[in-house]
Amino acid sequence: MIDQITLWIVIFGLGLGSFLLRFTFLGFVGDRPLPAWLVRHLRYTAVAILPALVAPLVVYSGEGGSTDPTRVAAALVTLGAGMWTRNVLAAIGAGALTLFALVYLLG
Amino acid sequence: MPFTTTKSAFWAGVRDGAPFILVAGPFALLFGVLATEAGLNIFEVMSFSVVVIAGAAQFTALQLMQDEAPTIIVLLSALAVNLRVAMYSAALTPYLGRARLWQRVFVAYLLVDQSYALSHARFESDAAMSVPQRVGYYFGTCLLVMIVWFGMSYVGAAIGTALPVSIPLDFALPIAFLSMVAPMMRTLPHLIAATVAVVVALLAVNVPYSLGLILAGMAGMMAGAQAELWLKTQPMIAPGDTPGDEGDGGVT
Repeated sequence: MIDQITLWIVIFGLGLGSFLLRFTFLGFVGDRPLPAWLVRHLRYTAVAILPALVAPLVVYSGEGGSTDPTRVAAALVTLGAGMWTRNVLAAIGAGALTLFALVYLLG
Repeated sequence: MPFTTTKSAFWAGVRDGAPFILVAGPFALLFGVLATEAGLNIFEVMSFSVVVIAGAAQFTALQLMQDEAPTIIVLLSALAVNLRVAMYSAALTPYLGRARLWQRVFVAYLLVDQSYALSHARFESDAAMSVPQRVGYYFGTCLLVMIVWFGMSYVGAAIGTALPVSIPLDFALPIAFLSMVAPMMRTLPHLIAATVAVVVALLAVNVPYSLGLILAGMAGMMAGAQAELWLKTQPMIAPGDTPGDEGDGGVT
């Protein structure tokens, strides 16, 4: 269970932090250009952090940190469908369907 | 087609933003459901969605809080996931930087993938737009998506505890994240960044305080940036895309 105080610190900390990320340039910096090296790194934040967060959840998805083939298969299908169709909803549909089918078949 | 009034620009934004409710809706619903499963009540779920408005960052924070990661790591990781909005802000500043301050405050609050992607594309192609028209168009793109974002968060929170336990909800989050990130893999540097991040994340899974995630993210960003630099010096290979070009998702 998530601690109440932690939860509210996270909600307001994340809200304030996200607002500052969104407002800094529009509000304070004006239209001065960003250094090229910074832009180059920022471009890869989402594609680095999101897979890093997901990878352990997929690989250690079974009981007691083992690998659950059902969930690995669902993850790979989601990824493949997303890269192929470039469509978020198609990827979710394919992944969820795979997971439901395998959980049902392997019981 | 040039706009005649601020009002027509606003409604053009509403029309262009409409298809994105199909993307934002399911994520908001899923957030409501998962947050409720994690023990949040409706008021807490709604506060989260209204105060933060960032799907991927909210999912990240939720997951790490359930893992009992230290609060500072929860905040840093979720903000790192949301770093791209700073790039969006930078990219919109040449077009909206001269709008009134209160307008820029609301522009910033509502800045998500699709309001950025639609507005930046329109401002770039239509040089004749005035600043008030740009502001009108921008707020237009936000209207339906925000209604759906808040509304579906509420619906998800309301039905969350009513779902049957046999549904493997534990894996909804990995599937949601993978579906968001897969369409972003459009160049080799993006793929390299993701691969390096995954390898480091798996190796660093026992690093205390969930710091492995931060390490993996930084390693992935550096790998992507280096790969982009390296590819630029090679002829015949497409360079990385433009800043913030990942904006084809919903409120992610």
